Amino acid sequence: MTEITNLPRSYVYLDHAATSPLRSEARDAMSKYGDVMYANPSGSHRFAREARQVIDEARDVVAEVIGCRPGEVIFTSGGTEGANAAVLGATRRTGGTAVCGSTEHHAVLHCVEHIEGTVVPVTSSGSVDPDVMRAVLTDLDNVAVVSVMAVNNETGAISDLERISHAVRRQAPDALFHTDAVQAACWIDLRTVWSHVDCLTLSAHKFGGPKGMGIMVLREGATLEPLILGGGQERDRRSGTHNVAGIVGTSIALSLTDQNRTSEVARLGKLRDQLIDGITSRIECATATLTPGTGTAGTAHVCLENLESESLLYLLDEARVCVSAASACASGAMEPSHVLAAMGVSRERIKGSLRFSLGHTTTESDVCAAIDATIVAAARLGAVTS
Amino acid sequence: MKVLLAMSGGVDSSAAALVLRDQGHDVVGVTMRLWGGESDTGCCSVSDVDDARRVAQQVGIDHLVFNFSEEFNEHVVEPYVASHVQGTTPNPCIECNRHLKFDKLIERGRALGFDAVATGHHARVIDVDGTLRLARGADAAKDQSYVVHMLSAEDLAYVMFPVGHMQKSDVRELATSGGLRTAAKPDSQDVCFIGTTIGRAGFLEPRLTFNAAIVVDSTGMQVGEVPAVELVTLGQRRGLGLGGGDKRYVVAVDVPLRRVVVGDEAELFISHTSIGTLSWPYSTDVSTISSREILVQGSAHGERSAGTLTVSGDTAVIAWSRPTRRISPGQTVVFYDSTDMVVLGGGIVTE
Repeated sequence: MTEITNLPRSYVYLDHAATSPLRSEARDAMSKYGDVMYANPSGSHRFAREARQVIDEARDVVAEVIGCRPGEVIFTSGGTEGANAAVLGATRRTGGTAVCGSTEHHAVLHCVEHIEGTVVPVTSSGSVDPDVMRAVLTDLDNVAVVSVMAVNNETGAISDLERISHAVRRQAPDALFHTDAVQAACWIDLRTVWSHVDCLTLSAHKFGGPKGMGIMVLREGATLEPLILGGGQERDRRSGTHNVAGIVGTSIALSLTDQNRTSEVARLGKLRDQLIDGITSRIECATATLTPGTGTAGTAHVCLENLESESLLYLLDEARVCVSAASACASGAMEPSHVLAAMGVSRERIKGSLRFSLGHTTTESDVCAAIDATIVAAARLGAVTS
Repeated sequence: MKVLLAMSGGVDSSAAALVLRDQGHDVVGVTMRLWGGESDTGCCSVSDVDDARRVAQQVGIDHLVFNFSEEFNEHVVEPYVASHVQGTTPNPCIECNRHLKFDKLIERGRALGFDAVATGHHARVIDVDGTLRLARGADAAKDQSYVVHMLSAEDLAYVMFPVGHMQKSDVRELATSGGLRTAAKPDSQDVCFIGTTIGRAGFLEPRLTFNAAIVVDSTGMQVGEVPAVELVTLGQRRGLGLGGGDKRYVVAVDVPLRRVVVGDEAELFISHTSIGTLSWPYSTDVSTISSREILVQGSAHGERSAGTLTVSGDTAVIAWSRPTRRISPGQTVVFYDSTDMVVLGGGIVTE
């Protein structure tokens, strides 16, 4: 196996929207329970019952953070599974169609496109206009599911789920309203998000939990055709032996995220503003993608017009600053962003887009180093800087 | 030196990584994603990127993927389709080298602070009287100087061909001794963006309109027909609906008139060939090349024919020393010196 390099402090990690580092509390609990709780929680002996209790306790913790009933919490393998289970599960159950916004994560978008559903355009601010959603739904029959992300993964744009939910309830009252809340967990109170939807999906590694773990919250009474059939775990809604350690790590990370959210939003929001100001004020071709104050505290998305993201990323990486641009395809190549294209951002600006995403390990010195490195990189690629 | 190595996921660029590393260079491997569509062949499928990345890991160098699919579509795929509409036979690999590997990638390499860009081509950069020249690779059977002939003197000072001096068998041996998973990987043969299952016709069908054409002999009498004149190539013998009889070859393709002319093999041999889109990597050569006998290669591993060039601006005429089989319009010809070793320049056949 390859040698493991822990990111030393000399590296600046501003890619929390891709993965946020595992929280130490989650890691400690996972290693403790992973060692001891080896029994299959579906069994009947005492070790199995102990493991089962650990899962039930974790489920209570999650339910508390979401503001839902424990029975509404389903543990999954991650955000992609949750999105697939919601969109495909709903359409397979009723035979109806699916509707989503054009800037959804591919985990939702590809499902909706796969079943030839309807993709609703977004405004230049990067979110679905509730009135547009209302108009689209008025023209559609037999809608099984409407899926609108709570927070966009590239830009940090926040959806008006409250008004969109009104449109869904009025125009497609039988539809399941799902939100991909993967990028919301660190920034928005999930109780608020949950109050607007029937189904909410999360990915643990975006909030300092382990990879390979996710949560789906499905409102009591709503039913989906399960994607994964088997032993009938999770009340027949998601089969497969429980990942006990993963579930524990997930619940602990989510609970910490919830406890620290208000202070972290305030702390990181300032750093986010500092980052955007630093870059846009000192690099002539740089602009903030979202109107200031409209996105979450965790994302600083900028476009460096006519520069190339791939070159910027290389130079930033060389300067030990880890950030990203749009999503990568199967080969690892950067794909031109479908999100920015859907927002009507020009090709010249899309080409030079960069996403800095902040999280629980981010410090002011990270932000200062990132600003400096970005200015140096942009200048090397020919941008006018000051 | 800081070297940016283009890694296709094939054995040559894999071995090149080992050579460069062992020479003490600071190497970064890069795989260019060129074709955005589906293909089961060539150098841009995901499994080839996996191979390149794994080799880079084994060699101990960094590996990146650059997405050049937009440029590839503009400079390689679209012109490829347009050539068929005009009834000419393009060479997409040369256009890829011209516009992607040795334009876009060199530009990237310079912008990112690399001292050189390297590829796994079998070609060499040699010094002739103080000037850098492109020469054939050491392994005559694998020589690729034809497909990289457009490199300018400035480019040659920046590019490296780490396996150009090696025999292919030694390249494979090196990759094997390095435990690289690409050691026994077959050489790519086909156009990388055209899958073997759909083929050229299947690729072109949704991208252009095929027109049926009549096949006539030299007297103008119809002797057959073809469903797509765009797919007919000079010298072609099969698929013309001719039935049996004497061997007849396509000697002319007239796309606007939807007419294919067939004739004896002898009619394929001509005394002169016109060329355009000349590339002269070394500008001083033009006057000295004219009227001197040179060797001309008309396909990737084709035979050389002797001839003399008369250059006039961006066009030229080759007067063949003896009648030579016609080369399809659209194909590239590359000029070599009388030793058949050093590249002098090249161009694209117009007539």
